[in-house]
Amino acid sequence: MLILHCPYCGVDADETELAPGGEAHLVRRGPEASEDAFHDYLFVRENPRGVHFERWRHAAGCGKWFHAARCTVTMEVFGTYPAQVTEPPADLLAAISAKRPGWRWRDFT
Amino acid sequence: MSEPASALGGAVSEGFARVEEMPPRGMIALRGDLGSGAVKAAVKDALSLDLPGTWRATDAGEAAVCWMAPDELLLMSSYAQAPEIARKLGHFLAGEHHLVADMSDARSLFRVTGLDAREALAKLTPADLSPGAFTPGTFRRTRLAQVPAAIWMRDDTVFEVLCFRSAARYMFDLLTEAAARGGEVGFWPD
Amino acid sequence: MSTRLAKGGRLLNRNRALDFIFNGRHMRGFEGDTLASALLGEGQVLMGRSFKYHRPRGVVASGAEEPNALMNVGEGARFEPNQRATTQELYDGLRADSQNHWPSLEFDVGVVNNYAARFLPAGFYYKTFMQPRAAWKHLFEPVIRKSAGLGRVPKERDADRYEHFHAHVDTLVIGGGLAGLTAARRAADAGGTVLLIEQTAHWGGRAPVDGGRIGGADPEGWVKNAVQELDVKDNVRMRTRCMGAGIYDHGYVLAYERLTDHAPDADGPRHRLWKIRARQVVVATGAIERPLSFAGNDLPGVMLAGAVRDYVVNWAVSPGDRTVIVTNNDDAYRTALALHSAGLQVPAVIDARTAPQSALIQQVRDAGIRVETGRAIASVKGRARVTGVAITGQAGEGAVLEEIGCDAVAMSGGWSPAVHLWSHCGGKLVWDEAQAFFRPDPDRAPTGADGAAFVRVAGAANGAMSTAEVLADAGADAAAESETPAPILPVWIMPQGAGPELRAKMWLDYQNDVKVSDVQLAAREGYESVEHTKRYTTLGMATDQGKLSNINGLAVLSNALNAPIPEVGTTTFRPPYTPISFGSIAGEARGDLFQPLRRTAMHDWHSINGAHWEPVGQWRRPYCYRRGDESVEDAVMREVKNTREAVGLLDASTLGKILVKGPDAGRFLDMMYTNMMSSLKVGCCRYGLMCSENGFLIDDGVVARLSEDEWLCHTTTGGADAIHAHMEEWLQTEWWDWQVFTANLTEQYAQIGVVGPRAREVLDLLGGMDLSKDAMPFMSWANGTLGGFDVRVFRISFSGELSFEIAVKAAQGRALWDALALAGREFGAMPYGTEALHVLRAEKGFIMIGDETDGTVIPQDLGLNWAISKKKDDYIGKRAQARAHMTDPDRWKLVGLETLDGSVLPDGALALAEGENANGQRRTQGRVTSTYYSPVLGRGIAMGLVHRGPDRMGEVIRFARLDGTEVEARIVSTVFYDPDGEKQNV
Repeated sequence: MLILHCPYCGVDADETELAPGGEAHLVRRGPEASEDAFHDYLFVRENPRGVHFERWRHAAGCGKWFHAARCTVTMEVFGTYPAQVTEPPADLLAAISAKRPGWRWRDFT
Repeated sequence: MSEPASALGGAVSEGFARVEEMPPRGMIALRGDLGSGAVKAAVKDALSLDLPGTWRATDAGEAAVCWMAPDELLLMSSYAQAPEIARKLGHFLAGEHHLVADMSDARSLFRVTGLDAREALAKLTPADLSPGAFTPGTFRRTRLAQVPAAIWMRDDTVFEVLCFRSAARYMFDLLTEAAARGGEVGFWPD
Repeated sequence: MSTRLAKGGRLLNRNRALDFIFNGRHMRGFEGDTLASALLGEGQVLMGRSFKYHRPRGVVASGAEEPNALMNVGEGARFEPNQRATTQELYDGLRADSQNHWPSLEFDVGVVNNYAARFLPAGFYYKTFMQPRAAWKHLFEPVIRKSAGLGRVPKERDADRYEHFHAHVDTLVIGGGLAGLTAARRAADAGGTVLLIEQTAHWGGRAPVDGGRIGGADPEGWVKNAVQELDVKDNVRMRTRCMGAGIYDHGYVLAYERLTDHAPDADGPRHRLWKIRARQVVVATGAIERPLSFAGNDLPGVMLAGAVRDYVVNWAVSPGDRTVIVTNNDDAYRTALALHSAGLQVPAVIDARTAPQSALIQQVRDAGIRVETGRAIASVKGRARVTGVAITGQAGEGAVLEEIGCDAVAMSGGWSPAVHLWSHCGGKLVWDEAQAFFRPDPDRAPTGADGAAFVRVAGAANGAMSTAEVLADAGADAAAESETPAPILPVWIMPQGAGPELRAKMWLDYQNDVKVSDVQLAAREGYESVEHTKRYTTLGMATDQGKLSNINGLAVLSNALNAPIPEVGTTTFRPPYTPISFGSIAGEARGDLFQPLRRTAMHDWHSINGAHWEPVGQWRRPYCYRRGDESVEDAVMREVKNTREAVGLLDASTLGKILVKGPDAGRFLDMMYTNMMSSLKVGCCRYGLMCSENGFLIDDGVVARLSEDEWLCHTTTGGADAIHAHMEEWLQTEWWDWQVFTANLTEQYAQIGVVGPRAREVLDLLGGMDLSKDAMPFMSWANGTLGGFDVRVFRISFSGELSFEIAVKAAQGRALWDALALAGREFGAMPYGTEALHVLRAEKGFIMIGDETDGTVIPQDLGLNWAISKKKDDYIGKRAQARAHMTDPDRWKLVGLETLDGSVLPDGALALAEGENANGQRRTQGRVTSTYYSPVLGRGIAMGLVHRGPDRMGEVIRFARLDGTEVEARIVSTVFYDPDGEKQNV
């Protein structure tokens, strides 16, 4: 039963107010995509033991989508941030590095 | 046109808190850039009220402005005035990217009254209703049992609850059960 | 014989006697009794039968850890099985029955299992029920089902109320003994909000029974004072009868409050499940005493030494007149003193240690009690209860040195910290060699959202066993007189060299009948993991979850494996700490509140006009309206015909209505829908399809363009919330720079379909709008006034008939419906329900999301290419629909199906193909997606997905019926009725 801080309305939201949205920072592939690239976009996901980036929606609250960086082992939440970005904020990446030296998730380190 | 009918015709129940379905109230959804001067001015023009802070409501008489989301307000007025206010807002904001919709019929409104009204609601929502965290003037969207709802704390003993109209019967029964005598928790003594 | 003592009993109110009934016998106890203490007070030592061997069992503990004394309590709508007599407080009129025996507790036929014990070894189930297969169904399963389970299943609907309560606190302290009271005080002084919960009805834990001095006062006085001081603090809340059930991620804790179990006639909920969010949790749950494993340790009359002390001091009950004490540690000596000062006989203290010395031991010797050291119990004498013990040397193999007559045995194998709650959320343990127990490892605590520890342990739960250590560990200002006990001697079997015969009588798990010999057998058979051994032997799998047996069991396993105890490790501790009621988990979600039922503005009208309801999502919609004693089927047929021939009224309020507005709204809807919405003219409507990024069809509906920058999107009934969320997701997470706002207006409007050849006449009678073909052509909409109501009228059709959908504010919905019903009377208007709607749309070949689609169907499969724009570069699902297997001509595609005999195809029936697949199953080539009897055509009609279906028009294929027969159907067009659409264009 997680608590995630909604970066839009400032509420520390109970998991039962939230809706999960899977992996964060997927890049949409459209009609121009190759068969392989489109397949990866649809189906290939990270399954890390450790640092993970996810999408959540404050569904029973302000309704906004946001991202969360979380440890899948300890449930530690490194931070949450708005969904209107293509990569995690630099200070969050630094904070994760301080806590989990040598971590890697896709191309983020 | 006939008289507008609330979903439950003003149902009332008495427990350790009183639960009452309120008559139809004017409710207008306004989406736009809440930081812009235009929205501020439009709301001021329509209701003579300032914009509330996050998860707060400002009110005067029947008029109120409630914070719904970073880009959404819920404006309240008398039921009869709502269409005119919506028109005014739309007119005022012409040229700005915005959305105004009269939602006066979409929701049901309940009032939960009593010294322990706070405790009845805390049986149903995961939101922190502690007196230190949830104060008069707080307007918070959350979940009550299995449906989305908003809780507006009017004063120390009066809370208003909004939910979608189709869930009115469920919400009334839910609040009645939560406020039933014998179920006093005594967690926040008066 | 157990009896009530004439004096004492710190929890008893002797002025208030309570009558109760046990197994039909009238008995009497006092206010303050538990059911167990009251039964002992009445001389009732035998309280149940074990699960597997049906051995007679008496109460062994005095609290939540009790494995034996499980009762059926209450009757009728308040009946509940498996209640522990040790935690059930006595009330006047309580009715209890013991469990797991037939025909009676004293004489039980099932006890034959006991004599067949050597044929029921560990893993019996796995070994026996393998072969032959047929025996499972006809022999094993019925026998197992009959003998499985404890207690009886309640037959009546539960009469009680249950609820939840959400609390947010800075510090939650679980356990109201010395450590908990101290920790709560410290947290309160630090200034935050504190919630202190205690599972029993009393504060102080074991301290008032165990005695000693705290800061010069007796423990009872100290506790009273501490409670009073906490009680007056504004930032402290205290609850008794409230058990910490489980600790979960991010400071989430479930607590189980039992409000009326001790007073069933009281008002209010029976149980309240607290859902607590705490920044810090202090676990002060004390410790649980371990039994010793000696032969016959399960006989009624053998009890934990601490429990014996509790019964004497708390409830003035003596489990026996002559109690032999057997121990490997100092604590049991307190029991000797308690019995002695109550005037009861202690023939001997049997201590497994060779030469223990401490002040406490000396005190017992000084009282004149015989202390035998280096000794053990070889076996307990007696059949249905204790008559004596045979004494041997602990170091030997069991040669009897002496027999001592007694009617009770108080045993102590040492105490294990109650680490359950610490462990629930990942707290790790260390093995404390000196004290022979697992205790929390402070360096590996459960961590919260910030990565820091959020659970702390205090007192005996942390391995601090003496009063002085408990207080110091919890951070008390007061100090207790320190004691220096003689060290414990770990004793896992007694005597150390006991042979197979004795080991087969040493019980580890009383409830599930697991013995030392069973665990040793499991080890011999190769079970090395404690988790596997648990499941193989069922050790610790009973309702008590091994609170007494786990440590002893794993110590026996580690000896058998010749591996150190910490290497073998413990099984996983899982919540809840003790069983909690299903009612408390459900909370208010019972009866009418089980789930929300959504109602339209016209719900009450439907209800009084014969609606036969159908659940559609959380909505209730009329399936049909029955007239008099008309059958459901006849009502549907009547409604279909009336709509085709006259006019029908449909409550379409549940359809989703989403407003999409902004400079980029057209561009956005072009991405959402497969067809072009940006080119729709203001005042017009267009049918649209919505797909997922996988290409699969997820929703459909009519889109109306309201103004230059506003579109109103209708969705399916079930899709309204999901499609609104789908739109917001794309807007917020992909195209956040597009200027688009959405609003879900579904509930703002009631919507009424007026459908049929006379629809226009009905509306003209209300008057106020020109709804002629020229003024309002098919697929247009207009605002206006009808009969004085402000409405928006959509000229759209889901039936093939002339049809108008009229949206009105929800608060006017019922009034407009009434007006239409009245106006429609002279034109034969009747309401119709969802089933008639289905038949009408199927006759026209219109698809239904959820019938023709199932999450694997793309629009192209349904012949909907006409609704897919070729001009657009992109839309959600476009790329997916170009994937190789999506364009495969071998896909199953939608066709109409007409049975040759006119019968109705079974729903979901498979079309048969020749041959078998790799699994030896009949090959198939399609399936039925919608099938109805058409009253207009007088025959069955159906749609289905068939392999290359549209290329096979006219071909006859066969479908399987459930009864094994087959039915032939011809592949035809999906449009069965009015193929040229003449009826809707009038």
